[in-house]
Amino acid sequence: MNNHLADLPAWAAIPAALLLLAGAVLTLIGTVGLLRFGSFYQRVHAPTLGSTLGIGCILLASMLVFSVLESRAILHEVLITALMVVTTPITLMLLARAALYRDRSEGSDEVPPPPSGQDARASGTPQSQSGPDGGQAV
Amino acid sequence: MRRLMRRLLPYPMMTATLLGVWLLLNESVAPGTIILGGVLSVATAATLCVLDLPGGRFRRPQAALSLLGVVLVDILRSNWAVAKIILRPGGGGRVSGFLRIPLDLRAPYGLATLACIVTATPGTVWVAYDRRRNTILLHILDLVDEQEWIDTIKGRYETRLMELFE
Repeated sequence: MNNHLADLPAWAAIPAALLLLAGAVLTLIGTVGLLRFGSFYQRVHAPTLGSTLGIGCILLASMLVFSVLESRAILHEVLITALMVVTTPITLMLLARAALYRDRSEGSDEVPPPPSGQDARASGTPQSQSGPDGGQAV
Repeated sequence: MRRLMRRLLPYPMMTATLLGVWLLLNESVAPGTIILGGVLSVATAATLCVLDLPGGRFRRPQAALSLLGVVLVDILRSNWAVAKIILRPGGGGRVSGFLRIPLDLRAPYGLATLACIVTATPGTVWVAYDRRRNTILLHILDLVDEQEWIDTIKGRYETRLMELFE
Protein backbone atom coordinates (compact mmCIF):
# COMPACT_ATOMS: atom_id res chain seq x y z
CA MET A 1 0.00 0.00 0.00
CA ASN A 2 1.66 3.18 -1.15
CA ASN A 3 -1.02 5.57 0.10
CA HIS A 4 -0.21 5.17 3.75
CA LEU A 5 -1.37 7.79 6.22
CA ALA A 6 2.26 8.60 7.11
CA ASP A 7 2.58 10.13 3.63
CA LEU A 8 0.00 12.74 4.53
CA PRO A 9 1.62 16.20 4.70
CA ALA A 10 1.12 18.21 7.87
CA TRP A 11 -0.86 20.98 6.14
CA ALA A 12 -3.55 18.40 5.37
CA ALA A 13 -3.17 16.22 8.47
CA ILE A 14 -3.77 19.03 10.96
CA PRO A 15 -7.07 20.35 9.53
CA ALA A 16 -8.23 16.76 8.93
CA ALA A 17 -7.50 15.87 12.55
CA LEU A 18 -9.29 18.98 13.80
CA LEU A 19 -12.31 18.23 11.62
CA LEU A 20 -12.43 14.62 12.84
CA LEU A 21 -12.17 15.78 16.43
CA ALA A 22 -14.91 18.39 15.95
CA GLY A 23 -17.19 15.80 14.35
CA ALA A 24 -16.56 13.31 17.11
CA VAL A 25 -17.14 15.91 19.86
CA LEU A 26 -20.42 17.03 18.27
CA THR A 27 -21.63 13.44 18.00
CA LEU A 28 -20.67 12.86 21.63
CA ILE A 29 -22.57 15.99 22.74
CA GLY A 30 -25.58 14.73 20.82
CA THR A 31 -25.36 11.41 22.61
CA VAL A 32 -25.08 13.15 25.97
CA GLY A 33 -28.23 15.08 25.06
CA LEU A 34 -30.01 11.82 24.31
CA LEU A 35 -29.27 10.77 27.88
CA ARG A 36 -30.02 14.10 29.57
CA PHE A 37 -33.25 15.17 27.90
CA GLY A 38 -36.51 14.14 29.49
CA SER A 39 -39.18 13.50 26.89
CA PHE A 40 -39.19 11.61 23.62
CA TYR A 41 -39.71 14.76 21.56
CA GLN A 42 -36.73 16.49 23.17
CA ARG A 43 -34.56 13.42 22.81
CA VAL A 44 -35.21 13.22 19.11
CA HIS A 45 -33.38 16.55 18.68
CA ALA A 46 -30.11 15.56 20.31
CA PRO A 47 -28.69 12.97 17.88
CA THR A 48 -29.27 15.34 14.95
CA LEU A 49 -26.04 17.05 16.02
CA GLY A 50 -24.20 13.95 14.93
CA SER A 51 -26.24 13.47 11.78
CA THR A 52 -25.73 17.04 10.53
CA LEU A 53 -22.60 18.97 11.42
CA GLY A 54 -20.95 15.98 13.11
CA ILE A 55 -21.05 13.78 10.03
CA GLY A 56 -20.36 16.86 7.89
CA CYS A 57 -17.02 17.45 9.64
CA ILE A 58 -16.06 13.78 9.41
CA LEU A 59 -16.90 13.62 5.70
CA LEU A 60 -14.92 16.83 5.03
CA ALA A 61 -11.93 15.29 6.81
CA SER A 62 -12.35 12.13 4.73
CA MET A 63 -12.50 14.12 1.49
CA LEU A 64 -9.41 16.09 2.45
CA VAL A 65 -7.33 13.06 3.46
CA PHE A 66 -8.13 10.87 0.46
CA SER A 67 -7.98 13.73 -2.05
CA VAL A 68 -4.46 14.59 -0.86
CA LEU A 69 -3.30 10.96 -0.66
CA GLU A 70 -4.52 10.05 -4.13
CA SER A 71 -3.74 13.48 -5.63
CA ARG A 72 -7.23 13.84 -7.15
CA ALA A 73 -10.59 15.04 -5.95
CA ILE A 74 -12.48 12.33 -4.06
CA LEU A 75 -16.17 13.19 -4.10
CA HIS A 76 -17.88 10.05 -2.79
CA GLU A 77 -18.58 11.92 0.42
CA VAL A 78 -20.79 14.43 -1.39
CA LEU A 79 -23.02 11.50 -2.28
CA ILE A 80 -23.10 10.29 1.34
CA THR A 81 -24.07 13.79 2.46
CA ALA A 82 -26.86 14.05 -0.11
CA LEU A 83 -28.27 10.63 0.77
CA MET A 84 -28.12 11.43 4.51
CA VAL A 85 -29.97 14.71 4.01
CA VAL A 86 -32.67 13.05 1.92
CA THR A 87 -33.24 9.96 4.08
CA THR A 88 -32.97 11.28 7.67
CA PRO A 89 -36.32 13.17 7.54
CA ILE A 90 -38.13 9.94 6.64
CA THR A 91 -36.94 8.11 9.76
CA LEU A 92 -37.41 11.12 12.02
CA MET A 93 -40.94 11.76 10.77
CA LEU A 94 -41.83 8.10 11.15
CA LEU A 95 -40.62 8.11 14.78
CA ALA A 96 -42.21 11.45 15.65
CA ARG A 97 -45.55 10.57 14.10
CA ALA A 98 -45.60 7.18 15.81
CA ALA A 99 -44.95 8.87 19.17
CA LEU A 100 -47.60 11.49 18.45
CA TYR A 101 -50.13 8.82 17.52
CA ARG A 102 -49.37 6.89 20.70
CA ASP A 103 -49.61 9.98 22.91
CA ARG A 104 -52.86 11.13 21.31
CA SER A 105 -54.50 7.76 21.67
CA GLU A 106 -53.41 7.72 25.31
CA GLY A 107 -55.03 11.14 25.73
CA SER A 108 -51.83 12.93 26.76
CA ASP A 109 -52.10 16.66 27.44
CA GLU A 110 -48.61 17.38 26.22
CA VAL A 111 -49.29 16.88 22.55
CA PRO A 112 -51.51 19.10 20.40
CA PRO A 113 -54.86 17.63 19.32
CA PRO A 114 -55.47 16.69 15.69
CA PRO A 115 -56.13 19.90 13.75
CA SER A 116 -59.22 18.72 11.91
CA GLY A 117 -61.48 16.87 14.29
CA GLN A 118 -65.13 17.81 13.84
CA ASP A 119 -65.15 20.18 10.91
CA ALA A 120 -63.38 17.67 8.67
CA ARG A 121 -66.30 15.33 9.17
CA ALA A 122 -68.77 18.17 8.80
CA SER A 123 -67.40 19.16 5.41
CA GLY A 124 -67.88 15.60 4.23
CA THR A 125 -64.27 14.94 3.32
CA PRO A 126 -63.51 11.24 3.07
CA GLN A 127 -61.57 10.15 6.15
CA SER A 128 -60.39 6.83 4.85
CA GLN A 129 -57.02 8.04 3.61
CA SER A 130 -56.26 10.41 6.45
CA GLY A 131 -53.60 9.62 8.97
CA PRO A 132 -53.87 10.39 12.66
CA ASP A 133 -53.15 14.04 11.91
CA GLY A 134 -55.82 14.30 9.24
CA GLY A 135 -53.23 14.60 6.51
CA GLN A 136 -50.45 12.76 4.91
CA ALA A 137 -46.79 13.24 5.55
CA VAL A 138 -44.74 14.50 2.67
CA MET B 1 -39.56 14.25 -32.11
CA ARG B 2 -40.63 16.06 -28.96
CA ARG B 3 -43.12 13.33 -28.13
CA LEU B 4 -40.43 10.73 -28.60
CA MET B 5 -38.14 12.69 -26.28
CA ARG B 6 -40.87 12.93 -23.70
CA ARG B 7 -41.47 9.20 -23.82
CA LEU B 8 -37.79 8.38 -23.61
CA LEU B 9 -37.04 11.01 -20.95
CA PRO B 10 -40.12 11.49 -18.78
CA TYR B 11 -38.04 12.92 -15.92
CA PRO B 12 -34.99 14.63 -17.44
CA MET B 13 -33.77 16.05 -14.09
CA MET B 14 -34.06 12.66 -12.40
CA THR B 15 -32.22 10.99 -15.28
CA ALA B 16 -29.40 13.55 -15.10
CA THR B 17 -29.15 13.15 -11.33
CA LEU B 18 -29.00 9.36 -11.57
CA LEU B 19 -26.29 9.60 -14.22
CA GLY B 20 -24.37 12.01 -11.99
CA VAL B 21 -24.63 9.60 -9.05
CA TRP B 22 -23.44 6.73 -11.23
CA LEU B 23 -20.41 8.69 -12.46
CA LEU B 24 -19.59 9.75 -8.88
CA LEU B 25 -19.82 6.19 -7.61
CA ASN B 26 -17.55 4.93 -10.38
CA GLU B 27 -15.26 7.96 -10.16
CA SER B 28 -14.82 7.89 -13.88
CA VAL B 29 -15.99 9.74 -16.97
CA ALA B 30 -14.80 7.08 -19.42
CA PRO B 31 -17.15 6.59 -22.41
CA GLY B 32 -18.09 3.09 -21.25
CA THR B 33 -19.14 4.33 -17.82
CA ILE B 34 -21.18 7.14 -19.35
CA ILE B 35 -22.95 4.79 -21.78
CA LEU B 36 -23.77 2.18 -19.13
CA GLY B 37 -24.82 4.90 -16.65
CA GLY B 38 -26.93 6.58 -19.32
CA VAL B 39 -28.77 3.38 -20.19
CA LEU B 40 -29.33 2.57 -16.51
CA SER B 41 -30.58 6.03 -15.60
CA VAL B 42 -32.93 6.27 -18.60
CA ALA B 43 -34.35 2.84 -17.71
CA THR B 44 -34.68 3.72 -14.00
CA ALA B 45 -36.40 7.01 -14.76
CA ALA B 46 -38.79 5.18 -17.10
CA THR B 47 -39.84 2.81 -14.31
CA LEU B 48 -40.72 5.88 -12.20
CA CYS B 49 -43.67 6.46 -14.56
CA VAL B 50 -45.35 3.49 -12.90
CA LEU B 51 -45.19 5.28 -9.55
CA ASP B 52 -47.12 8.23 -10.96
CA LEU B 53 -45.03 10.90 -9.24
CA PRO B 54 -46.56 14.33 -8.71
CA GLY B 55 -45.48 16.85 -11.30
CA GLY B 56 -43.31 19.74 -10.34
CA ARG B 57 -41.03 22.37 -11.68
CA PHE B 58 -37.71 23.66 -10.65
CA ARG B 59 -36.47 27.08 -11.62
CA ARG B 60 -33.63 29.43 -10.88
CA PRO B 61 -30.67 27.26 -9.85
CA GLN B 62 -28.94 30.44 -8.63
CA ALA B 63 -31.64 30.97 -6.03
CA ALA B 64 -31.09 27.34 -4.98
CA LEU B 65 -27.44 28.14 -4.30
CA SER B 66 -28.36 31.09 -2.12
CA LEU B 67 -30.85 28.90 -0.25
CA LEU B 68 -28.08 26.32 0.24
CA GLY B 69 -25.86 29.03 1.71
CA VAL B 70 -28.60 30.19 4.09
CA VAL B 71 -29.24 26.60 5.20
CA LEU B 72 -25.54 25.85 5.77
CA VAL B 73 -25.21 28.94 7.99
CA ASP B 74 -28.36 27.91 9.89
CA ILE B 75 -27.02 24.36 10.37
CA LEU B 76 -23.85 25.77 11.95
CA ARG B 77 -25.79 28.16 14.17
CA SER B 78 -28.39 25.64 15.32
CA ASN B 79 -25.75 22.99 16.04
CA TRP B 80 -24.04 25.51 18.29
CA ALA B 81 -27.34 26.49 19.94
CA VAL B 82 -28.42 22.89 20.62
CA ALA B 83 -24.94 21.94 21.89
CA LYS B 84 -25.14 24.83 24.37
CA ILE B 85 -28.58 23.69 25.55
CA ILE B 86 -27.34 20.13 26.07
CA LEU B 87 -24.24 21.19 27.99
CA ARG B 88 -26.02 23.78 30.14
CA PRO B 89 -25.73 22.63 33.75
CA GLY B 90 -28.96 21.68 35.45
CA GLY B 91 -30.92 21.58 32.25
CA GLY B 92 -33.81 23.55 33.72
CA GLY B 93 -35.57 26.57 32.31
CA ARG B 94 -35.79 25.19 28.82
CA VAL B 95 -39.12 25.51 27.08
CA SER B 96 -39.72 23.11 24.24
CA GLY B 97 -42.97 22.40 22.54
CA PHE B 98 -45.03 21.97 19.43
CA LEU B 99 -45.64 24.76 16.97
CA ARG B 100 -48.15 24.77 14.14
CA ILE B 101 -47.17 26.93 11.20
CA PRO B 102 -49.52 27.84 8.35
CA LEU B 103 -47.81 27.57 4.98
CA ASP B 104 -48.38 29.18 1.61
CA LEU B 105 -46.11 26.71 -0.13
CA ARG B 106 -47.99 23.81 -1.72
CA ALA B 107 -45.60 22.36 -4.30
CA PRO B 108 -44.84 18.78 -3.20
CA TYR B 109 -41.12 18.97 -3.93
CA GLY B 110 -40.92 22.30 -2.15
CA LEU B 111 -42.52 20.73 0.93
CA ALA B 112 -40.14 17.78 0.72
CA THR B 113 -37.19 20.17 0.57
CA LEU B 114 -38.56 22.10 3.53
CA ALA B 115 -38.77 18.81 5.46
CA CYS B 116 -35.11 18.14 4.68
CA ILE B 117 -34.13 21.66 5.80
CA VAL B 118 -36.14 21.46 9.03
CA THR B 119 -34.61 18.08 9.83
CA ALA B 120 -31.08 19.14 8.89
CA THR B 121 -31.16 22.02 11.38
CA PRO B 122 -30.94 20.61 14.91
CA GLY B 123 -33.56 21.93 17.30
CA THR B 124 -36.47 21.55 14.91
CA VAL B 125 -38.25 18.33 13.98
CA TRP B 126 -40.99 18.06 11.38
CA VAL B 127 -43.80 16.07 12.99
CA ALA B 128 -46.76 16.22 10.63
CA TYR B 129 -48.20 17.96 7.62
CA ASP B 130 -51.90 18.71 7.28
CA ARG B 131 -52.70 18.80 3.61
CA ARG B 132 -56.20 20.15 4.00
CA ARG B 133 -55.19 23.26 5.91
CA ASN B 134 -51.66 23.39 4.57
CA THR B 135 -50.07 23.63 7.99
CA ILE B 136 -47.04 21.89 9.39
CA LEU B 137 -46.58 20.75 12.95
CA LEU B 138 -43.03 21.13 14.23
CA HIS B 139 -41.48 20.24 17.55
CA ILE B 140 -39.01 22.87 18.65
CA LEU B 141 -36.43 22.31 21.34
CA ASP B 142 -35.96 25.94 22.33
CA LEU B 143 -39.41 27.46 21.94
CA VAL B 144 -38.95 30.81 23.65
CA ASP B 145 -40.35 33.07 20.97
CA GLU B 146 -42.95 31.38 18.74
CA GLN B 147 -43.15 34.30 16.32
CA GLU B 148 -39.40 34.22 15.75
CA TRP B 149 -39.58 30.58 14.65
CA ILE B 150 -42.54 31.27 12.38
CA ASP B 151 -40.61 34.15 10.81
CA THR B 152 -37.56 31.93 10.34
CA ILE B 153 -39.45 29.14 8.61
CA LYS B 154 -41.61 31.41 6.48
CA GLY B 155 -39.16 34.21 5.80
CA ARG B 156 -35.88 32.40 5.39
CA TYR B 157 -37.02 29.17 3.78
CA GLU B 158 -40.57 29.27 2.51
CA THR B 159 -40.31 32.39 0.32
CA ARG B 160 -37.14 31.06 -1.30
CA LEU B 161 -38.69 27.61 -1.83
CA MET B 162 -41.73 29.19 -3.45
CA GLU B 163 -39.45 31.04 -5.85
CA LEU B 164 -37.81 27.75 -6.73
CA PHE B 165 -40.73 25.36 -6.99
CA GLU B 166 -43.88 27.39 -7.74
